[in-house]
Amino acid sequence: MLAELNRYRRVFLTFAQNSLVRDMTFRTNFVIECLSSLGWTLMNVGFYLIIFEHTKSIGADSGWDREKFFLFLATTWFINSLVQAFFMPNAEEFSELIRTGGLDFALLKPIDTQFLISFRRVSWSSLANFGAGIVIAAVSLWQLATREVDPYVPSALSCVLYVLFCGCGVAIMYSLMICLSATSIWLGRNQTLYNFWFYITNFSRYPMEIYNRGWGQPLYGLFTFVIPVLVVVNVPARILARPVEPSGDGEWWLIGWALIATVMSVLASRWVFRTALGSYRSASS
Amino acid sequence: MSSIPVSDTSTSRHAPIGLWGRIRIWKMIFSTAFSERLVYRGDFALGTLMRFLPIITQIFLWWAIFDSIAHSGVVSAGDATGNPDEPVTIGGYGFREMVAYYLLTMIARAFSSMPGLASGIALQIREGEIKRYMIQPVDLIGFLLLNRIAHKCAYYAVAIAPFALVFYLCRDYFVDGFPPPHLFIAFVASLVMGFLIGFFLEAAIGMIGFWFLEVSSLLFLYMLFSFFLSGHMFPLTLLPDWIEPFVNFLPLKYLAYFPAAVFLGKIPEDELWMEMGIQAAWLVFFIVLCRFAYSRGVARYSGYGG
Repeated sequence: MLAELNRYRRVFLTFAQNSLVRDMTFRTNFVIECLSSLGWTLMNVGFYLIIFEHTKSIGADSGWDREKFFLFLATTWFINSLVQAFFMPNAEEFSELIRTGGLDFALLKPIDTQFLISFRRVSWSSLANFGAGIVIAAVSLWQLATREVDPYVPSALSCVLYVLFCGCGVAIMYSLMICLSATSIWLGRNQTLYNFWFYITNFSRYPMEIYNRGWGQPLYGLFTFVIPVLVVVNVPARILARPVEPSGDGEWWLIGWALIATVMSVLASRWVFRTALGSYRSASS
Repeated sequence: MSSIPVSDTSTSRHAPIGLWGRIRIWKMIFSTAFSERLVYRGDFALGTLMRFLPIITQIFLWWAIFDSIAHSGVVSAGDATGNPDEPVTIGGYGFREMVAYYLLTMIARAFSSMPGLASGIALQIREGEIKRYMIQPVDLIGFLLLNRIAHKCAYYAVAIAPFALVFYLCRDYFVDGFPPPHLFIAFVASLVMGFLIGFFLEAAIGMIGFWFLEVSSLLFLYMLFSFFLSGHMFPLTLLPDWIEPFVNFLPLKYLAYFPAAVFLGKIPEDELWMEMGIQAAWLVFFIVLCRFAYSRGVARYSGYGG
């Protein structure tokens, strides 16, 4: 078992190294890619700064004021950048492998196919946004701690839990992405994958309570319990920023649910992936 | 003996096609592209449907924002209207107008967005496929334009149902109802010009492929700016006062912000025709730029691959 794990670790490290070598071959391109993702970050930060020029918080009495919302934003950035660095390029390639029949070669390799498909490429430039997330988080934590009204410093425990639940968020996003890209076995071509990804993560980008009203409640239920994208960012961000004070027992079910949802998502993605492989008929070469 | 077929082909190559023949070519290109577009219907229908998902997020985001302003009672200077129906506006937009704005930019983007155009041109240049247009009596830009019109028509044919449904469901967000006829004409005209500006702007970017082999990151940068500065992300009137004049000067606003603002009557009547004139001028500029880039590009092009 341990030897097996070690083997997978070595294979993964080789993938990561190869990708780094590949990225460094086109260095200018790499720099431009980093700069453009940072540009995207700047635009988002600009957008929310404009919004907070007009309002004190997002949602009445929700507690998501400027500093806390920017912590939320940083969490979104951490999770999205990890997913984009490790899984996005692979999911895109997976659809392409199915269309061209290249999946045959992946199936023949003496290693778990889902592992091979999921980790083959690492997009190092996407980690630029992880750095941007660190900057956003650092600035907002500093402002949160030093502001005159209601200053706040997160405890060590909430920091540890934060990291753990960010990992859960990444796992949920990964599962969703595998399920999505596996659908291209049935649909034949799946160019909308990236778009769909963007739209789904769009939901996860805001505090979940904004959906919990009026006709948004079915959506709130759907995206919390069926496709659990709302817990991805919300749970770690709530643990760290604690927008509602005191963070009573009402929050614990959500944290517990996040753990259950993570396990279930990973298992579901495994099942979808295997079922989809069962329907794979190679393309003519 | 061999000279006869050679002269034959050369005469047929130079025979004038005539207007009627040209229209037949255009019709053929159009119908091919149209049916090609409808091949991947499953993918296509799914894509159209999903395009509306971000609107939902925007509705709830702005709902929460306007709500918290109303609850806290702290309204920034310039946002208070004194009107009891719409006590708060941000950048001149009340909550419902804000949602209507996002819905309208969806229409504007349905006209002006050109997925895959610039990267497609760059790819054709890189892989040498562009040689085709130099030896065949088909103009590259005209061919692509017809293709794009066909794709858009196929898109509208599929998308009209979800669009109609969403606009019907959201009819209450249109506070002032349907605009007067002259505004509606201006709206349609700005949409059509928006389509053409989008086409020639992106085609011109694709032409950069004659000079640089890899344009994808450049393109991403352009898409980024266009998302932010075209007004797709938020109405441009929200921008701080010191940036707004610069952004207003750029052509990007005609891709999303301008048509929506015209529909909602946010452009003052006396400035409307001037603005339309500026949009037309930008269109001419990009047509000329695109043609110029193409002719210069072809001059320095050497056909590798095949």
